[in-house]
Amino acid sequence: MSVSAPVKFTLKDYKSDLHNDWCPGCGDFGILTGIQMALANLGLDPDKVAVFSGIGCSGKTPHYIKAYGFHTLHGRVLPVATGGRLVNSGVTVIALGGDGDGYGIGAGYFVNTGRRNLDFTYLVHNNNVYGLTKGQASPTLSKGKKTKSMPEQAIQDGINPIAMAVAAGYTFIARAYALEPKYLAGIIARAIQHKGSAVVDVLQTCPTYNDLYTKEWYEGADLPEKKSRLYKLEEQGFDGKVKDPTDKQEIIAKKAAAVARSYEAEPIPIGVYYEIELPTYEDAVNQRIPALAEKPLVELDTFKRDVTPLLEAMR
Amino acid sequence: MQKNRLTWMIGGPQGSGINASAEVFAKACSRAGLRVYANIEYHSNIMGKHSFYRVRVDEEDVRSYREQTDILVALDHETLAGDGDHRRWGTHKGHLHEVSAGGGVIYDAEIGFDHSGARPGIQYFPVPFMEIIKKALEEVGKGEQARRYEVMKNVVALGSSLALCEFPLELVEEVILGQFKGKRSEVGQLNVRAARLAFDHVRESFDAKSFPYRLQPHREPKARLLAKGYEIMAIAKLKAGCHFQTYYPISPATDESVYLERQQRDYDLLVVQCEDEISSINMAVGAAHMGVRSATATSGPGFALMVEGIGFAAITEAPGPVIVMYQRGGPSTGLPTRQEQGDLQFVLHPAQGDFPHVVIAPGDLRECYQDVFSAFNWAEQFQLPVIVMPDKKLAAAYTTIDKLELKYDKIERGKTFTGSEWTPVEASGAGFAAGNGHAGGNGHKAGEAGGGVKEYLRYAFSEDGISPRSRPGTPGGRYWSTSDEHDPDGHITEGVGMRVAMMHKRMDKLPLIAKAIPEDQQFFLHGPADADLTIVGWGSTKGTILDAIKELEEQGKKINFLQCRLMRPFPAEKVETILKKAKKLALVEENYSGQLGALIREQTGVLIETRILKFDGRPFSQDELIAAFEKALTGTGVQEVVTNVG
Repeated sequence: MSVSAPVKFTLKDYKSDLHNDWCPGCGDFGILTGIQMALANLGLDPDKVAVFSGIGCSGKTPHYIKAYGFHTLHGRVLPVATGGRLVNSGVTVIALGGDGDGYGIGAGYFVNTGRRNLDFTYLVHNNNVYGLTKGQASPTLSKGKKTKSMPEQAIQDGINPIAMAVAAGYTFIARAYALEPKYLAGIIARAIQHKGSAVVDVLQTCPTYNDLYTKEWYEGADLPEKKSRLYKLEEQGFDGKVKDPTDKQEIIAKKAAAVARSYEAEPIPIGVYYEIELPTYEDAVNQRIPALAEKPLVELDTFKRDVTPLLEAMR
Repeated sequence: MQKNRLTWMIGGPQGSGINASAEVFAKACSRAGLRVYANIEYHSNIMGKHSFYRVRVDEEDVRSYREQTDILVALDHETLAGDGDHRRWGTHKGHLHEVSAGGGVIYDAEIGFDHSGARPGIQYFPVPFMEIIKKALEEVGKGEQARRYEVMKNVVALGSSLALCEFPLELVEEVILGQFKGKRSEVGQLNVRAARLAFDHVRESFDAKSFPYRLQPHREPKARLLAKGYEIMAIAKLKAGCHFQTYYPISPATDESVYLERQQRDYDLLVVQCEDEISSINMAVGAAHMGVRSATATSGPGFALMVEGIGFAAITEAPGPVIVMYQRGGPSTGLPTRQEQGDLQFVLHPAQGDFPHVVIAPGDLRECYQDVFSAFNWAEQFQLPVIVMPDKKLAAAYTTIDKLELKYDKIERGKTFTGSEWTPVEASGAGFAAGNGHAGGNGHKAGEAGGGVKEYLRYAFSEDGISPRSRPGTPGGRYWSTSDEHDPDGHITEGVGMRVAMMHKRMDKLPLIAKAIPEDQQFFLHGPADADLTIVGWGSTKGTILDAIKELEEQGKKINFLQCRLMRPFPAEKVETILKKAKKLALVEENYSGQLGALIREQTGVLIETRILKFDGRPFSQDELIAAFEKALTGTGVQEVVTNVG
């Protein structure tokens, strides 16, 4: 959503005083900071922000943010956030959850939420494992990989979240890295400002269970040249933004380019893969129910309805 | 000669337009000042399988069907003789055997039925359906297109039937024309023409005057309401101010949502078709938390997917949603288009753990309205999910009612946080939870939950256990909410004291609700206080039970009926008193195990040994219950009733 903001809030305005119980060094800290920085940068009033989460370590994120916080069910964060967003459009909605939550148990909602192009932001904490249940393979772990927490190698292949998001119809698709919170905050801020469904796949470390994709691995500490295994798309001149949303050829080309980049394994591209401005679900709803263009559904007086014409039709 | 009392039935393959025909007939009768009960039986199939629609017309209230049909219209052979001749496992015997002595059968002369050797004692009226359609089309120069207009057999059927019972065709024409408006009015005229030709054909070709049934409008016909349950549910949702409805298509619940979808523009209501029922329930929960009146509608298989979301709504004390759960034959896909009251125990125990929710089962259209309307109030006042459970029969059958009482129109939105009015209340639970040192399970400041806190706490303890809810976006009303056990802040806790206090906070809402709901909405003893037999039942069997009792009363039998409506919280003490006073009890349920009986035994200790049960997917007929009650007056035991008709 577009935001005009006098900057009057600072980082601490988004920090709750709840003790944090994530493992030391958890990538979630970086994502939490990224969200808080983005909110502060945009100057969003904490009373006008609602953060929804799924279940898992990442699910606890809203409790650490000073804003309306909804810690929902495993895999169901997108429906809950969608319902919330649709009825109370005066509130900025951020949904987040783990990779198991979003790409496994909640995969159906991931796809269908993309179809809707609702104006909200979805962050996926992608660390390749189910942390809170002690390190089983998540849907993003590739076949044959085995973290120290797993008894056997992954028997099925990992999915490609970026390609899936492209196919599903998200209109802002990005990837960032949890341990670069400043860059992440910039991406999240853009996602929030984007008018439409924005998804950010955040690569994240799990120091407790994932000994494959560690901070050192991402930093390339094991490589001879000690070069990061991440690169920023824009630094290679990649621009995923569709300039003319009515140009079908451009859309196909940009989608194809995004998908092609998403299959690059090493180094991994981060940044914005795809972006397009299209009418949102809310736009369509407002056409059907013009009163919603004026104010959020929650503020409409629906208590004085005259049902006489409906009863008359039954005579 | 029997005047203004008959059962008319039309049967044919699905897709042949029998619904339209029956509904026009029902509406015309209702407009004529008569009372109607009309029910459809159909397969889970789009085209071809047998379906039939039965319209019972009377001068007095009718709330159920009778087994005998006075006029049967057959669009195909199967309607008369069943499918035993061409299916390995025949599913029905046809309806010829249901026709009353002296009754009539109108059939399409093309279906290859020869009535010369058929059942004696009834009259047969072969009508050349296609010829009549062709004739109607010829008048507008479309004679060669007759096959394209085959569906007009339904109006031919209607016109023919009306000729037999001397019903004024004008009333039917008016209804037909009302259904084809604007661009389609030409088609409407064509239909009227075909109906008129059929009417004339029957009058000219047969001795219709000798047919012993008459339908005549009252001198001053009163336009009553002729409605289906799903329509009333939808209207109640609108009147209750429902902002938001979610759904996933499923029989027989979809009709309600599609009806609401059609009203979206006029009534500022947002209806969302979801990707599945898990999404439906969770969107509705999210919307309720965000401050609107939200609702969904589903049937058994969809409800099976929703259960996790119901527990979620309960533990987070969401002010809703209201869930209308239309029962159908189970388990699994079961009998998707057929009747059953088989989900009571499931709906009472949908999710893991102990949590509060309200379950209420309306028995007729008026109760559908009241219960759905009230449900929204209860959801917000007590901050929990409320489930209203009708069934396929209630959803899909047409019943005439004089008017819809809209008197249950007081909106109660419960305690809300508006900023300035917030005064925390110290309750014993809070002191206990905060003071014992276990509360801060994950290390946040214990003691916050106690008195004197000036900040808003979404799950603050209070004397009645209800914490004011804040609409997200409200300045100073920020809160957290979690499906985990939580403290007054809404943060996760595993502290034992807080767990116990929060369980009490939530569960103690049930007795509060029991006190708030009017007694006659909880249960109702119909008929004399003193009776030889007390029938115990719930939901849509209400009308059938009352119709059966009425007839037995005329024979001097004293029977009353305890209708249970509020299933949770269950009015155990009062129900127990009634049960213990009864001379003899008989349970009536459309399920295999007697699920209300199980609830009553659990709640009151009373075992009802005489059980009249039906689980063949068809509702009880009035005749079946009359026979069953007669048996129950003298004997004890389980009677499994199986439909002999249809």
